[in-house]
Amino acid sequence: MSAWLLQHGQALRLALRRLVATPVNTLLSLLAIGIALALPAGGQMLLANALQLARNAAPAPQISLYLDLGADRRAVQDVEARLKAHPSVKSARLIAREETLARMKASEGLGDVIEALPKNPFHDAFVITPADDAPQAMEQLAAELRKLPKIGHVQLDSDWVRRLDALLRIGRTGVLLLMLLLGAGLVAVTFNTIRLQVLSGRAEIEVSRLLGATDAFIRRPFQYHGALLGLLGGLVAWLLVAGTTLWLAAPVTEVASLYRSGFVLQPLSATDSLALLAGAAALGWLGASLSVRQHFTDR
Amino acid sequence: MIRFDRASKRYPPGIDALADVSFEIGQGELVTLSGHSGAGKSTLLKLIAGIERPTGGAVLVNGQNVGSLKRGAIPYLRRNLGLVFQDQKLLFDRSVFDNVMLPLSITGFPAAEAKRRVQAALDKVGLLAREKAMPIMLSGGEQQRLAIARAVVGRPNLLLADEPTAHLDAATAADVARVFLEFREVGVTVLIATYDDRLFGAPRRLTLDHGRLAA
Repeated sequence: MSAWLLQHGQALRLALRRLVATPVNTLLSLLAIGIALALPAGGQMLLANALQLARNAAPAPQISLYLDLGADRRAVQDVEARLKAHPSVKSARLIAREETLARMKASEGLGDVIEALPKNPFHDAFVITPADDAPQAMEQLAAELRKLPKIGHVQLDSDWVRRLDALLRIGRTGVLLLMLLLGAGLVAVTFNTIRLQVLSGRAEIEVSRLLGATDAFIRRPFQYHGALLGLLGGLVAWLLVAGTTLWLAAPVTEVASLYRSGFVLQPLSATDSLALLAGAAALGWLGASLSVRQHFTDR
Repeated sequence: MIRFDRASKRYPPGIDALADVSFEIGQGELVTLSGHSGAGKSTLLKLIAGIERPTGGAVLVNGQNVGSLKRGAIPYLRRNLGLVFQDQKLLFDRSVFDNVMLPLSITGFPAAEAKRRVQAALDKVGLLAREKAMPIMLSGGEQQRLAIARAVVGRPNLLLADEPTAHLDAATAADVARVFLEFREVGVTVLIATYDDRLFGAPRRLTLDHGRLAA
């Protein structure tokens, strides 16, 4: 156990020494890895913020029910009674056409236009909060409501939420795609860096082998080297994303306040940050392992 | 200790480096291996260390059949051997001390104990004062002794050397040979491929001729 720890400690020290021994190569590799990883990490940051924004901005989904223009008071009361009795309707609020007209007249600029109209162009309407706001349940409820008498138009207010949801799904797929592509890029960068290290350390590898070194012993410093490259590259990516977040925070807050929203751009979450660093280190390790394995089979 | 049982090594396309070689070396023996250039001396040593595998017959070291060892077991065989190579294979990017340290790092020796052992090995070959030097600063004879120190630092019970006194002047060669004799004194089995076996006293001698053991 202690010999095992000792050997891992030695391998880690050797890997660190090799990183420091070629500072220019190391910095260039870190920059390449960092920029590559910053893209999916930044995408994830933006996506998380968009999700947050959507969740805060979306009101409880509702259904708007517009009656025919010709519907009289009795018809309105009839619909109201039916809505109250419907098990899928949590609540229904009547917005009478006279009320709408009065509100529109009061609003700046529209008053004169409304005044010029020969008769009230507005419908009696109900705003319905469904008992179950799952998209399918709402779809079904809307279909049922369309069958009521004197109904002009039924509108699902959840439509835009679903559109946003679909857009976010595209965003998520995009981030995933970037992650796969640039993760493969990271493996390629470490593969190549470690290949050069292996080639320049060939004499040492050969001698170590003749002196009784196992494959694991020879592989280990290179794997640590790859993992460190990945980890530090991940850190560069994290810093790039954090810098971008800071940079964008003020303008975003300004825009949000113009929309009377208290939205503040959030940095990459702790979980996402950890996943970024751990993933980068693991991919670096993988790239190094593949590189050394290829060297072993080339022999 | 070492037993060759009708061992042979054929390189493609059908060149016999060793053919039908049988002999036995006991614990604590010092044996020299002589023969013309290309007679198969290096190949024979490589078979013992598992660097090459026999194409026929068997090579046994400490009772283990080297030819049938799995790839993963070869490193552990080599840890019981001290190898001195014809071209020495020193690492010129690190100090004398670190060169001798390498075998102990490989086996995962605790640092303090390893340091003592390295110094003892360097002392044995008369290089303790040069432990901080780089190998390039050493003379030919010193480099050869450094290679020996690295071979014995793991305290192997079998020491193999390929032409350890080649390219050395007579006095230096005698010096190096004396180091081997001292290891024999403490019970280490020593097998040396050499042109000049008079340096090693009057040892038992194996002579190879075109890959076959001469009588």
